[in-house]
Amino acid sequence: MLRFLLNRITQIVVLLIIVSIIGFFILNLIPGGPLAQYALDPGMTQDDIERLKEQLGLNRPIYVQYLDWAWRLVRGDWGHSFRDGAPVLDVIGGHMFATLLLMGTSTAIAIAVGTWVGIRGATHRYSTFDHVATIGAMIALSIPTFWFGLVGIYIFSLQLGWLPAGNMYTVGEESVLDYLHHLIMPSIVLALVHIAVWSRYMRTATLDVINQDFVKTARAKGLSERRILMKHVVGNALLPMITLAGMQLPSLLTGALVTETVFTWPGMGRLFLDSISYGDYPVVMGLLMFSAILVIFGNLLADIAVAIVDPRIRLS
Amino acid sequence: MTALAIGAGGLVAYNLLGKPETETEQSNSPAIGSSVNGRNKVVVGLSQEPTVFNPLMVHTEPDDGVLFSMFDALVRMDPKGIVRPNLAVEVPSLENGGISQDGLNWRVRLRDDVRWHDGRPFTAEDVKFTLELITNPDFRAWRTAGHTLVRDITVISPTELTWRMEQPFAPYLSFLTETFIVPRHMLEGEADPNAAPFNQAPVGTGAFKWGNRVPGDHLELVANPDYFGDGPYIDRLIFKYIPDVTVLYTQFKSGSVDLVGQVYISPDNYEEARRLPGKVVEPVLASSVESFYLNLGRPQFKELAVRQALFAALDREAIVGSLYHGVPVVTETFMPQQSFYYNPDLPRQEYDPGKARRILDDAGWVPGDDGIRVKNGVRLAFENSTTSGDHLREMVQQYLQQTFREIGAEMTIANLPPAVMWGDFWTQSRFDSVIVGSTYLIGADPDVTNRLHSKSIVIQGGSGSNNAQYVNKEVDALLEKGAQTFDPEERRAIYFRIQEIVRHDLPLLPMFQYKNVFGRSAEIKGFEANSNTRTESWNAASWYLADGRKKPKSDRNRPRTSRSSSLSRAMES
Repeated sequence: MLRFLLNRITQIVVLLIIVSIIGFFILNLIPGGPLAQYALDPGMTQDDIERLKEQLGLNRPIYVQYLDWAWRLVRGDWGHSFRDGAPVLDVIGGHMFATLLLMGTSTAIAIAVGTWVGIRGATHRYSTFDHVATIGAMIALSIPTFWFGLVGIYIFSLQLGWLPAGNMYTVGEESVLDYLHHLIMPSIVLALVHIAVWSRYMRTATLDVINQDFVKTARAKGLSERRILMKHVVGNALLPMITLAGMQLPSLLTGALVTETVFTWPGMGRLFLDSISYGDYPVVMGLLMFSAILVIFGNLLADIAVAIVDPRIRLS
Repeated sequence: MTALAIGAGGLVAYNLLGKPETETEQSNSPAIGSSVNGRNKVVVGLSQEPTVFNPLMVHTEPDDGVLFSMFDALVRMDPKGIVRPNLAVEVPSLENGGISQDGLNWRVRLRDDVRWHDGRPFTAEDVKFTLELITNPDFRAWRTAGHTLVRDITVISPTELTWRMEQPFAPYLSFLTETFIVPRHMLEGEADPNAAPFNQAPVGTGAFKWGNRVPGDHLELVANPDYFGDGPYIDRLIFKYIPDVTVLYTQFKSGSVDLVGQVYISPDNYEEARRLPGKVVEPVLASSVESFYLNLGRPQFKELAVRQALFAALDREAIVGSLYHGVPVVTETFMPQQSFYYNPDLPRQEYDPGKARRILDDAGWVPGDDGIRVKNGVRLAFENSTTSGDHLREMVQQYLQQTFREIGAEMTIANLPPAVMWGDFWTQSRFDSVIVGSTYLIGADPDVTNRLHSKSIVIQGGSGSNNAQYVNKEVDALLEKGAQTFDPEERRAIYFRIQEIVRHDLPLLPMFQYKNVFGRSAEIKGFEANSNTRTESWNAASWYLADGRKKPKSDRNRPRTSRSSSLSRAMES
């Protein structure tokens, strides 16, 4: 186990260095940069722009900029945003709650509903329910999220007036109820796709297990169908889902760009988009490293969890 | 003394709106999606996020709404382009001795009743500190033009200071309208002013105080009850960041946004928006002018006849009417029409392709085999570039391509993404022609040296943005004179003449002046647009709600104190 962990950690460090180098250089290849937004300001002279470049250290060779950034990061300094001057970790932290709330809620809905739909689809194979679920999943997967979002806003906000047309809360009137009210539409819209994915995987996994010998044995022992389903089938069918959950874990924190934009949700996805369009290099790099770490650890956690739950797997 | 600061500009709005209603106490009835009802707050929706709160640091338009609400400058620019006192008790001028006859020595007298949001008194030391911080080489300052000429700042008393200018520079007064004063006691001890805590939670003298900010979402300012000037009448001013313009408009419709700020309502939504119940939607003149901008370094464009012919072939009425939904206004000059310096007597361009052909025939441009005119081996063919993905401009280009073809000129469309377009391609004059919307004025001052003086051509070793490479000795001389002339009437004559010459020389073919479609809830009163600033929220101090708790006193229609009104006259004359 220890050797496995050490091995993985070495891999992780190498991976992170490669990701950071590629990210940094690609970012600097994008034309424009953080000072482009001042180019059309009639009062900003070329001298002013040059002075700012110097002050921000942007006139140095790119490898010097990279090494400087990397060395600071190693010492725990993630840098400051070019836009508002706040420390990068504060910027990321400031957007994390919104994303966690939205993604947490929608993932919870997706797992609960998706698991149920998947199991029921497997146990009632080729029933009307199964067909409806299959077609529904195909539709949810093929139609883009923003369409669901815009149609939802049109119907429930503009026509019916039941739900707010976006935002996380009413500014200045925040309350738990207010948050929940705003949470309904984006979390359901976002959950639709996840339910579709989750239910398809769950259905397949359940079908795999349901035909195994040990299920037949359990049935031969005279256990109730309910007991067989809950204890033997679902328990085993959930194993591959742990890996899926591990892969989805990073998205809990990196956010959903499209949904966040349509619903004006101040989360990580939008932060990433904004930081790229403003050329806010420190924040973009911070987010890149942050999500790379999450992806790597999500997978690592899933591997460890599977090994703990499933005695057949040994980590080495 | 309390209601003096905003100046006579505020009067116009109240007169237009009729008599202010009587004060009533409104019960708080929370309504879903509507934030105006009884809550005494205004939510301004912006499609760009305000992120810079130290007013002296480099920033963009969306930050201005916050800065104008939290800070004061020595003087302010009203909607008519006239400078009014703000922290200063009078606008320095030649007549009142605030500026010496040679324009070199300035004296500013300050109000004695101003306090910072933390209760400390505002004094001349703060002004001195502010002007010095801007030119601190380690400080990431915004515009430094003009400030770099200031020498020997001397504090005479807490309410008076003087300085000397290295050379006379008339636009400096306008620059001061956007130079907000920062508190010395908050920033003086900072080792690195770029990273001071002040920048994240600033302290100003303005009508609103810092409330709280949720990055990526909104910024909340709260009323400053001790404000020395007019207002504020709302308890909270909220700037809500909504990056997608369609979503911004939807939230305006649904009522969660009370006022649509930058980038306002798109022209194609205007027809629908103006019919929305309970909303006031109106196009307001912006300061930027759209032009067909030529690179005079190219042999095709060197000859005046070619520029005249292209201008005659430009059907501006059709472009504005059909493509821009009639929102912008056709113009003949770079000077915005709301400016005191706008010359209304320039010759009107008429769309006349026949005339265009005649001009080219007379100048000896002969059509070749392919119908494209040639003279001395130069084909009348050129590229036109603009920001790719700008849907409306791309349609304009396609339209012009046809009309120019009819007069024997070949235009090729070569668009670029914004970051490339407005980079070296633009500043180093690597284009043939460009469709561009530019603001020519800095802080609403008419000085356009940066755009039209021959020493501002970067590719010829100058510093500035005369990317058309326009050279006219008379314009150069007039620009130099204008920058050193302080009397508004005298300056006006100079810039009228410059506009005449530029209209004749046509280094740019003026198309139209932009209008922004402003939208707000009909509940909001006291709102006034000011295109001489970069923000819709320049006078949030005067905003009040029809059913709000606080309102301006009904005697506000009466003229201001004699001092400020005589000053206004002096400035307007």
